[in-house]
Amino acid sequence: MNAPTASARNEGNTVSAGVAPFSLSRDAFGRLVLREADGSICAGVVPVRGFPISAPDESVSLLGPDGRERVWIERLSSLDDTPRVLIEEELAAREFVPQIREIHSVSSFFTPCMWHVVTDRGETHFVLRGEEAIRRLSRNMLLIADENGVHYLVRDVEALDAASRKLLDRFM
Amino acid sequence: MTTIPSAHLLPAADPAVALFPAEWRREIGVQAPDAAPLEVLGWAELDLDARLQFRRGLLALTSSAVWFFAAGGNEPASYPLAADSRLELSDHGGVGTLQLCDDRGRVASWRFTLARMAAVQRFAELFEHWREALSRPEADGRATADERNAPVAREARTEHASPPGGDVETADAETAGGESGAVVDAGAEERTSSWTLFRIWRFARPYKRRLLAGFLLTLASTGATLVPPYLTMPLMDEVLIPFQNGVPIDPRLVALYLSGLLAAALVAWSLGWARTYLLALVSERIGADLRTAAYEHLLKLSLQYFGGKRTGDLMARIGSETDRINVFLSLHLLDFATDLLMIAMTAAILVSIDPGLALVTLMPLPLIVWLIHLVRERLRHGFEKLDRIWAEVTSVLADTIPGIRVVKAFAQERREAERFRLANEHNRLANDRLNRTWSLFSPSVTLATEVGLLVVWAFGIWQVARGRITVGVLTAFLAYIGRFYTRLDSMSRIVSHTQKAAAGAKRIFEILDHVSSVPEAANPVQLPQMKGRIEVRDVDFRYGNRAVLRGLTLDIAPGEMIGLVGASGSGKSTLVNLICRFYDPTDGEIRVDGVDIRSLRIADYRRHIGLVLQEPFLFFGTIAENIAYGRPEASRAEIVAAARAAHAHEFILRLPHGYDSLVGERGQALSGGERQRISIARALLIDPRILILDEATSSVDTATEQEIQKALDNLVQGRTTIAIAHRLSTLRKADRLVVLDRGRVVETGTHDDLMKRQGAYFELYRAQQRRAEIEPSGNADDRVEALAAEASE
Repeated sequence: MNAPTASARNEGNTVSAGVAPFSLSRDAFGRLVLREADGSICAGVVPVRGFPISAPDESVSLLGPDGRERVWIERLSSLDDTPRVLIEEELAAREFVPQIREIHSVSSFFTPCMWHVVTDRGETHFVLRGEEAIRRLSRNMLLIADENGVHYLVRDVEALDAASRKLLDRFM
Repeated sequence: MTTIPSAHLLPAADPAVALFPAEWRREIGVQAPDAAPLEVLGWAELDLDARLQFRRGLLALTSSAVWFFAAGGNEPASYPLAADSRLELSDHGGVGTLQLCDDRGRVASWRFTLARMAAVQRFAELFEHWREALSRPEADGRATADERNAPVAREARTEHASPPGGDVETADAETAGGESGAVVDAGAEERTSSWTLFRIWRFARPYKRRLLAGFLLTLASTGATLVPPYLTMPLMDEVLIPFQNGVPIDPRLVALYLSGLLAAALVAWSLGWARTYLLALVSERIGADLRTAAYEHLLKLSLQYFGGKRTGDLMARIGSETDRINVFLSLHLLDFATDLLMIAMTAAILVSIDPGLALVTLMPLPLIVWLIHLVRERLRHGFEKLDRIWAEVTSVLADTIPGIRVVKAFAQERREAERFRLANEHNRLANDRLNRTWSLFSPSVTLATEVGLLVVWAFGIWQVARGRITVGVLTAFLAYIGRFYTRLDSMSRIVSHTQKAAAGAKRIFEILDHVSSVPEAANPVQLPQMKGRIEVRDVDFRYGNRAVLRGLTLDIAPGEMIGLVGASGSGKSTLVNLICRFYDPTDGEIRVDGVDIRSLRIADYRRHIGLVLQEPFLFFGTIAENIAYGRPEASRAEIVAAARAAHAHEFILRLPHGYDSLVGERGQALSGGERQRISIARALLIDPRILILDEATSSVDTATEQEIQKALDNLVQGRTTIAIAHRLSTLRKADRLVVLDRGRVVETGTHDDLMKRQGAYFELYRAQQRRAEIEPSGNADDRVEALAAEASE
């Protein structure tokens, strides 16, 4: 790892409010192009949320193609509309954590078993390999990892309907 | 803790004999009448003789001689003292030796176990003090009052404010064996039996009212179950017998009695339900409180305790044994109380109906009581043994599963399986032995009750034949004693549950009774602003019978970075553990900003300490939670800032869920360097005044080390830092290097100073370099470090 640039970058851009010392645009390849205040240009930056589950709307980091952080945005809402929309589009295209709204059925109460669920991205099936794949993030929030590493989020167990809760309860 | 030491400094004018411990007075008085006005300055009790047999002895110092009294009839020996007399103290393998020497050679030698070490040390100090007084021309061999007070300064640090004699033992046990013998209530320990269960009352007290309500319900429901047999009496005598004699049945009377029976059953049912529910509720709460209390207490115990216990054993105690107590309280104790009530009430009813028949009915009772008593002892020992063996079984699991990589790498699955099978086999054998007793017990009780029933039939028929009682009375009696004996039977069964629960309770209270060897100060000193000056004064530390630190003294200025250097076992980590107050020194003290750390509240003190270990431990949870472990209220921005300073920010962002990624057991796999940077961020976030780096970079490669080193450089800024490292090159930023050897500081100075001095550090450094020259390939510097680290392991 090339250390000196890393530390230089670490103290780099931090956006906390109002004026953005950078501008974003999309190039012909569909990549995000970052133009920083010092005039340097970086193509193919990737937005990443700092706390995608506990505070999805707060911090976002723009990483360069080399994995180094270019810009740290304390609050996404503090940005102007253009860059914010670009970042949100990019995030939406990259992030895939379906939120479970309803558990239709479970093939068996022994793992592995097939779950049939309704998520915010539509209906789907997935295979739960073991009970330990269900993780409690907080009191009412669960993250369920399927066989292929897709994570399903249950944002609030209490908000599920009674039948879904009953099914879920058999695994907790 | 500053206490007024009593030591064995006695007023010189007092008559000697009166000042010895009570049990010695008689012995000495009998043996040495001629030594009468001995002017005793101090004494120490010994527990071994010259051939290392356990035998008590008493060493006494007078103004002119050392006296030795051996227990059991020997003549006391006296050794006159001269100006060149001196005492030499040494220990090896748990046995101490005190030698009286002069310039010509050894005069006498005494042996003792380390339990006596502190007392003997004090004796030797006293002797030293006396000698100084003697060597002064104006003194005539007698210590003046002032001089006698002088050793107090050193005494004060040994921390026990105890009168000479009895208390010395407890204090010494603490210093020598740490927590090994620090069980508070030795008396209660003796009576391990069911009495331990009464101690649960401490946890039951908050639920007094509910317990009382439960008891009243029990009383009522038991009473209700006793009504039906009573109603059989009139049913028999007023309905059935008259019918046999030709009197028609009165349906109204029958309906009355039958509805009475039904009502009694219904009342008994509802009361029984209420009682069971209420008491189960309470006992569940008591069990939960007990478990939490045991765990809370366990967490407060010092590292020494955890060092000596196996994880599986502790888990079994807190997990399953509290549960067993719980079940006992909610089910068996309840049954037992009901049984007891039932028996008492039944007995009362029986006596009220017919005293003679009642007497016969109750005959097998003493026999059963005797049986219970007989079996109880054997069962209790059996169950205690079973618990220990069960802990053994779980311990095998707890040892093996975390070390599974080692097991597999050395292909030792078969051996581990065998180890488990053996433990399991032990468990089975112990169970078999117990079951032999147990299986005999319960049928014996049944037999006794059957015989009892037979006697009642015989006696009853004889009585009916003689016209003394009616058939109805006999029927009622038989109905009652049917219940009575079932109760007796189930009551005898509770013996096993009681003993199981008692064994469990004993093991729980063993934890609860344990006093931490790192006690909280009674009147803690507040230290809101810590500067970070550390003074280590004459610190001795003994682990078991091994002396790890001997008279170590070290001053560290606020903000200074110290590198601790030395071979393995030289006491580096021990010193750091003492500074963190994971242990307390056997002797001497450690002061921070001029305050003894033992007088600070432990939690307050540790808040100022940041610790980065060789093997960073991440708890199961998100990365953000792990970074904020020391300060859960930290904001997200603070967490991110700490992660940035620890050079962890970018790799965290690259994880699928950023700061919300789960790590720790069963969590996201992180490399050693990444884990280390998270632990550095954790230390940074609490912004400690004192920072301890214990081999923080030893377990990673040199490239990762550079990355970590940069993070550490951020961390070290402006803090008092103590760094331990095998790779000497990682300590280049240290203001001062301290070289330890066998528990002592042998050199201090900067790298250049120490190299010039050509001493121990020079040797260490050269050794690391030589290894690099042997291996010419690769990056020379890296090789030095890697190999040196390897070599010094």
